[in-house]
Amino acid sequence: MAYSEKVMDHFANPRNVGEIENADGIGEVGNSKCGDIMKMYIQVENDIITDVKFKTFGCGAAIATSSMATEMIKGKSINDALKLTNKAVMEALDGLPPVKVHCSVLAEQAIKAAISDYYKRKGIDPEPFVGKVPECDECGCNL
Amino acid sequence: MRSIYADNSATTAIAPVVLEKMMPYFTEIYGNPSSLYRIGGKAKEALEKARENIAKNLGAKFPSEIFFTSGGSESDNWALKGVCHALKSKGKKHIITSKFEHHAILHTCQALEKEGFEVTYLDVYENGIVHPEDVENAIREDTAIVSIMYANNEIGTVQPIAEIGAICKKHGVLFHTDAVQAAGYIKIDVTEQNIDLLSMTAHKIHGPKGCGLLYVRRGVKIDNLIDGGAQERNRRAGTENVAGVVGLDAALQLSLDTMEERNAKLIKMRDRLIDGLLKIERSRINGDRVHRLPGNVNMCFEGIEGESLLLKLDLNGISASSGSACTSGSLDPSHVLLAIGLPHEIAHGSMRLSFSDENTEEDIDYILEKVPEIVNYLRAMSPLWEKIKKEEAAQIS
Repeated sequence: MAYSEKVMDHFANPRNVGEIENADGIGEVGNSKCGDIMKMYIQVENDIITDVKFKTFGCGAAIATSSMATEMIKGKSINDALKLTNKAVMEALDGLPPVKVHCSVLAEQAIKAAISDYYKRKGIDPEPFVGKVPECDECGCNL
Repeated sequence: MRSIYADNSATTAIAPVVLEKMMPYFTEIYGNPSSLYRIGGKAKEALEKARENIAKNLGAKFPSEIFFTSGGSESDNWALKGVCHALKSKGKKHIITSKFEHHAILHTCQALEKEGFEVTYLDVYENGIVHPEDVENAIREDTAIVSIMYANNEIGTVQPIAEIGAICKKHGVLFHTDAVQAAGYIKIDVTEQNIDLLSMTAHKIHGPKGCGLLYVRRGVKIDNLIDGGAQERNRRAGTENVAGVVGLDAALQLSLDTMEERNAKLIKMRDRLIDGLLKIERSRINGDRVHRLPGNVNMCFEGIEGESLLLKLDLNGISASSGSACTSGSLDPSHVLLAIGLPHEIAHGSMRLSFSDENTEEDIDYILEKVPEIVNYLRAMSPLWEKIKKEEAAQIS
């Protein structure tokens, strides 16, 4: 198994690591049993994601996909961020080994979870916008 | 940047003296040992000389009890499948092994289960050591073979092989041991230790890859795994890897000649490293600290994941491995760490460092400097570590 140069770059120099104090939305997906947890913080102004930070427990691909996903939604509208797919994250990283595809799925879900939280905090039901964020037992790792 | 190879349990560099002995068999004495002409005869001579010396070094009574193979995995497959298939007609359909064997044993057992054999997987307890009385209690009328590894490949724990051998002998059950990690670090004597079958390989002890052996005590019934020509006394077909066998013999000889001094040096380095790394909060050493291979260090650091730790180590010039899921292409953490009772979330954060004669005290200094830095860095970005610290704070207050 080998990672692309882009994956290694985002692993070695991850962008947007950390927390946002008084974030407008926080999403956490994955679990420690499976070996990856992603936590994403967003700051939203006029429907634009003005800042995003992440913390990740996981493998190289989990850290790299978190980093890439945050770069891809920073400065974007909520609507555009919701359109980000795991496939787009993977492509931006020049691909992932097959066993690591679930990391990119986790990154997509982390963004959706943060946006859901943002809507909930505003008293809006997120489901019509975000859809259902899959539960961990749907990831297929059988734990 | 410093470059440290600390994955000698995965494989080793060929020792120059071993390579030197192998070289003529690639370019000059390249004949087929089964051929009649002189260049074949010379190759055959080298093969048999190596067999004789290896037999002596393993405490075997006869050179003809040594069969050369392609390595540890083939030897393990052959030992279990060969014996089980040979004893099936006698109504023997039970295998005893442990939960933390190498996959060459565990997956072979699973294959045999599909054929109708029953397997007992013994517990290895918290310290990673099989209890001989558990072996005795598991033996049944229909037990064909007991297979317990000499030393574990991940956590380096050394098993009470002589005691298990004595129990098997008492009950008339065959005993196989996978000695791939132990050979060259522990004095093996198949006769004294009542071992009926033993697997080993050259590349873990500064020999070449692709060459190993299976010791089969005279009189043990075993079916062939690889059918074909008449090599290895009709037991293992295929033109012999003469250069490899010469390398295997030279590597085993070298490792035995240097064992005492090397082990003393490695144990000192190992223990200093373990003591140093245990200063990292919420770290643990996996496996018994005393009954352990001289060059093995296996630790877990809570709140971080093994693969990212390894990649960071690699970026700092340190080649290490982990039992972690991610490296093996499965999402499950190491079966060895789960077998010693670690919860999944802790087992994910493992690191194995394995040293050889070529490592130095300076390597240990460098690792002791880098590992805590990397662990701190990864913990700082870990939401799991954040949770652990919050729980810790809640407990205190």
